[in-house]
Amino acid sequence: MTELIVQQQWFLWMTLLPLGAAVAAFLAPRQAHWIGLVTALLLPLCALAAIAAATLSETQTITAGNWPTPLGIALRSDGLALVMLAVTALVGFIISCYALGYFPVRGHHQSRARYFWPLWLFLWGGCNALFISGDLFNLYVTLELVTLASVALIALEGGKAALAAALRYLFISLLGSLAYLLGVGILYGTYATVDIILLGDMLAATRLNHAAMSLMIAGLVLKSALFPLHFWLPQAHTMAPAPVSAVLSALVVKCAYVILLRLWFEVFPALDTIAIGHLLGLLGSIAIIWGSLMALRQERLKLLIAYSTVAQIGYLFLVFPLAHTETMASAWIGGVLLMMAHACGKAAMFMVAGTIHHTAGSDRISRLAGAGGPIGVLVVVFTLAAGTIIGLPPSGGFFAKWLFINAALVSGQWWYLPIILSGTLLAAAYIARVLGWAFLDVKRSSYPVIPWMMKWPPLVLSIIALLFGLIAYEPVQLALSGAPVSSPVLVEFGP
Amino acid sequence: MSDLILPAILLSSLLPGLIIFTLPEESVRLRTTLNLGGAVVKLLLVALLFFHVAKREYTELRLPLLPDMELVLRADALSLLFLILSAFLWFLTTIYAIGYLEDSPNRSRFFGFFSLCVSATTGIALAGDMVTFVIFYEALTISTYPLVIHRGTPAALHAGRIYLAYTLGGGVVLFIATVWLRAIAGPLDFSPDGVVASLDPALHGSLTIIFALLILSLGVKAALVPLHIWLPSAMIAPAPVSALLHAVAVVKAGAFGIIRVIHDIFGIGFSAELNLLFPLALMAAFTIIYGSIRALSQNDLKRRLAFSTVSQVSYILLGVAMATPLATIGGLVHLVHQGVMKITLFFCAGNLAETLGIHKIDEMDGVGRRMPWTMAAFTVAALGMIGLPPLAGFISKWYLGLGGLAAGQPWVIIVLIGSTLLNASYFLPVLHRIWFVPSRQDWPSSTLRDGRETTWALLIPPLITAMLVVMLGVLAHSVGSALYWVELIATREYGP
Amino acid sequence: MSPALLYTGSGIILFSIGLHALLVHRHLLRKILAANIMGSGVFMVFIAMGVHGDSGVADPVPQAMVLTGIVVSLCFTAVAIVLAVRLNKLTGCTTLAVDEESSID
Repeated sequence: MTELIVQQQWFLWMTLLPLGAAVAAFLAPRQAHWIGLVTALLLPLCALAAIAAATLSETQTITAGNWPTPLGIALRSDGLALVMLAVTALVGFIISCYALGYFPVRGHHQSRARYFWPLWLFLWGGCNALFISGDLFNLYVTLELVTLASVALIALEGGKAALAAALRYLFISLLGSLAYLLGVGILYGTYATVDIILLGDMLAATRLNHAAMSLMIAGLVLKSALFPLHFWLPQAHTMAPAPVSAVLSALVVKCAYVILLRLWFEVFPALDTIAIGHLLGLLGSIAIIWGSLMALRQERLKLLIAYSTVAQIGYLFLVFPLAHTETMASAWIGGVLLMMAHACGKAAMFMVAGTIHHTAGSDRISRLAGAGGPIGVLVVVFTLAAGTIIGLPPSGGFFAKWLFINAALVSGQWWYLPIILSGTLLAAAYIARVLGWAFLDVKRSSYPVIPWMMKWPPLVLSIIALLFGLIAYEPVQLALSGAPVSSPVLVEFGP
Repeated sequence: MSDLILPAILLSSLLPGLIIFTLPEESVRLRTTLNLGGAVVKLLLVALLFFHVAKREYTELRLPLLPDMELVLRADALSLLFLILSAFLWFLTTIYAIGYLEDSPNRSRFFGFFSLCVSATTGIALAGDMVTFVIFYEALTISTYPLVIHRGTPAALHAGRIYLAYTLGGGVVLFIATVWLRAIAGPLDFSPDGVVASLDPALHGSLTIIFALLILSLGVKAALVPLHIWLPSAMIAPAPVSALLHAVAVVKAGAFGIIRVIHDIFGIGFSAELNLLFPLALMAAFTIIYGSIRALSQNDLKRRLAFSTVSQVSYILLGVAMATPLATIGGLVHLVHQGVMKITLFFCAGNLAETLGIHKIDEMDGVGRRMPWTMAAFTVAALGMIGLPPLAGFISKWYLGLGGLAAGQPWVIIVLIGSTLLNASYFLPVLHRIWFVPSRQDWPSSTLRDGRETTWALLIPPLITAMLVVMLGVLAHSVGSALYWVELIATREYGP
Repeated sequence: MSPALLYTGSGIILFSIGLHALLVHRHLLRKILAANIMGSGVFMVFIAMGVHGDSGVADPVPQAMVLTGIVVSLCFTAVAIVLAVRLNKLTGCTTLAVDEESSID
């Protein structure tokens, strides 16, 4: 039995299964939702099996077609890949359940369901392929798969605003990925390989390599919407139907960021990254403050959540300046933890916003006035999920911030403390504003009944998001296996 | 069995709370059953735990959170003190709240957050290290906020914003100070000798700053002047919430945290060595006098009680800051005594508002004749607050005074006398109005069947707590009283 | 000047021209063309990078990568054109300047 688990290449199945299901769903549109649901059920099981296999044996590497690494394509399941696969499986499963309720199989929105399932499964497969990719070019291809599916999903609504947002997102993504690809080309010219591990061993601090690094990082920063390159995000994330918004904010943004993490810690550790690290930290800090302030000003729930994503991306970029030699693991794990926590929390928030929009007919925050009954429950769910965004214990966001502050103190970069703190307070302020409207004592209008598939999945995910800190030990240990960092996670001042 | 009792105590209020959230508004019976059932189960479990701890069997539960970081639940004598107080008063407040909120909207939401709030308080009591404490402390902040804004009026929302700004501001400072301390000192398990005493003297400067940050951030909830602004404005909340906020949950969480920091993180000896305690004692003394003076000029009953809380909670801090066994006894015992007395006063104020619509003190003329039982409870608690022997408040003040003398700080006596005079001058006129001034207006006469002044649910809780005020004072030296338990803690802390 | 350097240089120049056009032009077709020119520039750099030493034998790996890249680029162009045509049918505009206020309700 044990052998059966170990010998299967589960993480490869996690890529092939959704891609195959996407084709099947496209060919059989009437059965699309069933195909989607079965796939969504199978993928978390595969993720568990992959984790079991990984804990029983070492980090697994496969080369496609058995070509040796400089030539073939390496697929690796290290700690980072496994936790991302698992989180994607969890969030994806819940979003799929929600989508079953959101896109009714019958009725006038039938065509949206027909296109949603193949595209979403395609995107899911792309994400999984990206997480396990072990070479830079394959990362490019998988990232483009994800982008292509996202563009189509944004355009799903079909209105002119949605089309415009999709097109703008497409151009921005193209720009980012071509800049990245140019950098890959330059690296290949010198080292004749694109394998992450081989490159990491060989790379020397030459001027050409620095140029390549700058191009690649710039391209990925654009795709992960760091301030001031975030301008496309709020429109793109809010024009889409709620399940798509959830996918985009929770998973797609993380894809570019995962590549950045891999580049920074696995490919470029030999290069001089201090200045770029500080630049990214500065932009991240501005993103935290700017995104939170913009979120505070929004009149629409979905826009508020989208700007909150901008701010949270800012936190993710604090990893780079904070990762000094002794605080390397602290910052890295902080980033990974925040990615996981944000994926759960933000997906739940977008789903709740979608349900509120569906029920109340609008997602204007003022429409929440006096929300009671079904909407009142939703607001509570929203608040639970927001706990991780604010960084309240025991959410994952809380421990991520703990690690960041620890790293900032030990590495002597105390100026990040006020940034993290004011970000926390501003997040609390914009969540409290939503809550304030919901608690306002006015006469309530009656709302239609909410389908239970639109109510329970977000509730489950938000509770997971809120309690994520309590179950974070296992994922963190898993992420640390085969991680490119080896210092203690909680650092103490030297004597 | 004993491993599971700690999480069971937490879950006994957490689970009912979560279930209540999902209940429709109409299912009153199920909600009431869950509420009371949870409260009773919690009381029983706490009683069981009490016998373990009395025999010095400390139970502990550790759950890994991150590498090198754990969630530690532990029951020692001090946690039991706070735990018994919160479990018992939660039980009474639940009964009271069920009566108070009868037929008002959004009750599922209210009782859901109410239970979460008590779970967080329980967690604070059971926290075995600083990390766990911070986790539950922040959870308390966020679960109380919906209770403060429960009424949903613009005034309530405004008060909620002030509350959130102060407590979250304090929360993030506490967070940073804890991370900093963790980075300097390693694991922060609460232990009787403290965990920082053995550190390199070069770090004493940082430790002093951390101590100041910790005290200031915890001082927000403990309502140390000038961080007390949120407390009077939070009076907009329904009476059961005010009662819980003042007597058990929020202000006590702050005071309890300060006790933990001084006793179990820095250690009393070490804090005294770094001269950290004298500034705290001065702040506490100033808060005692300032709160009482502000209370004098309030006409709104609940606001007067709020400023009285500001003043009274600092007795606890004063006792702890003087760092002698007797003063510590005085401070810790006031944690319980103030809780019981203040919750009585708020129950009574709630009864006046709910039954007769009285909110202001100058409307209380002659109300003793309309609601004799409620007002009798009020009188007992107010006299206790003043410190009339042999009531509970007297015991606290007596030990505080003795402790001040033993610490060689006789100025404490002056503060105590001044505060007692001020207490008397803001409570006695109220008592005079209640009993001796003829009533100016006609209140609606009782619509209840046997002419009772108000419903049983509203009447029983204040009567029980008023009886406790008497018993805690009269029977202070018998086994099982708060004083007895506190003396036990002090002996374990300072050695026999 | 070696051919490899020439190709690399022209590739980077093409990339820059495309980048400029993508940012400056508002017409959607021009933007799509600009993105394609950028892509061609990158592919050219890749081909040039396949030349190792003076053996005259080209490294096949970059050529395989460029083939893959062309497929990706083709997909993107197709999607972009479909979206642009649809947008043009809905609004009559050939640019992205859609009134963004008229949005979600």
